[in-house]
Amino acid sequence: MNDRSFGFATRAIHAGTPPDPVTGARAAPIYQSSAFVFGSTEAAAELFALRGYGHIYSRISNPTVASFEERMASLEGGLGAVAFSSGLAAQLAVVLALARNGDHILCSQNVYGGTVTQFSITLDRMGIGVTFVPIGDLAAMRAAVRPETKLLFVETIGNPAGAIADLETLARFAHENGIPLVVDNTFASPYCCRPIEFGADIVVASATKFICGHGTTVGGIVVDAGRFDYGSGRFPLLSEASRGYHGKVFTETFGEYAFLMRLRAEILRDVGSQLGAHDAWLLLQGLETLPIRMERHIANAAIVARHLEAHPDIEWVSYPGLPSHPDFALATRYLPRGAGSVFTFGIRGGREAGRRFIDALELWSHLANVGDAKSLVIHPASTTHSQLSDDEMRAAGVAPETVRLSVGLEDCDDLLWDIDQALEKAHADRRVSA
Amino acid sequence: MILTEVTERRALLARSTTIAMVGASGDPLRPSYTVFSYLRTESAFIVTPINPKLDEIDGIRAFASLADYARAHGAPDIVDVFRNPASVLPVVDESIAIGAKAIWFQYGVVNEAAIARADAAGLDVVVDRCIKVEIARFTGGLATAGLNSGIISSRRAGTR
Repeated sequence: MNDRSFGFATRAIHAGTPPDPVTGARAAPIYQSSAFVFGSTEAAAELFALRGYGHIYSRISNPTVASFEERMASLEGGLGAVAFSSGLAAQLAVVLALARNGDHILCSQNVYGGTVTQFSITLDRMGIGVTFVPIGDLAAMRAAVRPETKLLFVETIGNPAGAIADLETLARFAHENGIPLVVDNTFASPYCCRPIEFGADIVVASATKFICGHGTTVGGIVVDAGRFDYGSGRFPLLSEASRGYHGKVFTETFGEYAFLMRLRAEILRDVGSQLGAHDAWLLLQGLETLPIRMERHIANAAIVARHLEAHPDIEWVSYPGLPSHPDFALATRYLPRGAGSVFTFGIRGGREAGRRFIDALELWSHLANVGDAKSLVIHPASTTHSQLSDDEMRAAGVAPETVRLSVGLEDCDDLLWDIDQALEKAHADRRVSA
Repeated sequence: MILTEVTERRALLARSTTIAMVGASGDPLRPSYTVFSYLRTESAFIVTPINPKLDEIDGIRAFASLADYARAHGAPDIVDVFRNPASVLPVVDESIAIGAKAIWFQYGVVNEAAIARADAAGLDVVVDRCIKVEIARFTGGLATAGLNSGIISSRRAGTR
């Protein structure tokens, strides 16, 4: 064993997957098995009491899934990770690990519409309150903190308007108020930003996006830094006797691993929102090329954004990698390699022109996903954010005319050709109908 | 020497066989029992409880003090400490007196005076770490739980 600190691209390929010790298989094997034989009755008892290490049942852990988890922990710079069946399952699990009926969380206003719905409707039904806060306004945030507040949730790059979270300031705010900072890093990926390096305590992501990279697999991940002190008294779910484990106290027994252990051994075990072995394997394949894919995503996105900004039929472009974006300075600081490849723009002619533009595209795919090798497009107001009220939509930075792009890996000339011909058709139709 | 690097902890574990666990408990809910049981059932280490209130844990004879242990078995390679941080100075003195090679302070057992005294006496010192976690890091246990082992290797385990 060596003590070298390996680089990001090396870890994207190797972390979590040494050669299979039994067969020597170099690619990660897919351990498609629901359960795993115990070495002895004593070993089984040790596993069930959380004293031993090993696999019991694939709802709780699985070797292929564990490889993906360790690789994500390595890339985000965390202590460990737990994978879930989707990004929404991952973030729900984080909330359930820290909060219960009667508790409260803070969430940025600039988040994915599905997160707003999950927090404001499903969590509310479970008795966990949420306040959506403007993350640039510390006074407003401070006023929203209650004694029962358990976490602050933000997105590195807000979906869809591209608001950049000032992670160091938000981490300081969270810690001053005794709560962990939870960061959804989906749009940045660990290639562009590692929130733990800026003080975040927990990173969550939809692995479906850039981590997978090919639009094949739905998955989610939680990475924990292992730095937050859950022994303050504010987190009895971790620091008091667990009814789920015969009175075990997670902070006392597992120290810095307390959150990860509770997330897996209680939440994943009881909720059953685990990632499958085959899906984990597809995500491992995606991660191997994450660095070179992100380079190309970012390069293509910059070209497309500048092209749109210069186009007479475009009213505005909101890409945090452009100097015209209000958070350009924050993007430069937190995303020095680039601000990802998902951004929005507004077409001249409003909602109707946007609809015609999308219908005229021949190469860009109209669908509800991002972070694919294929270039994607969607109209948030009628799709991803359609469950939100007008006020919520405006707070999330979505206008009726907003079009969201996820710039893929195709030849950029072809992407620009398709945009131009579709804009022309949207424009021509308007002239005809006028 | 205070061992802060992961490779130093691995080397300490690789050259050690016997562990005397001060403050070992027979209560399954106590962290010390979790570590004791793991060392006894899943590791190659020979672990012995040091606890004046117990005769044995899971069939392993307990000694009332490190001095009693040393009279029977000689100096342990590692003294693993599960005690209130305020009361660990005597444990350090006793470890030095019996010639223990290393002292390992578990999660939360942080006492700067005790650390300095053990270090000055030439013991290898590990602070605020769990010996179970570190063993699992190097033997593949952490990897089963999606924990970051820090290990990158193209070598097949056991072929080196």
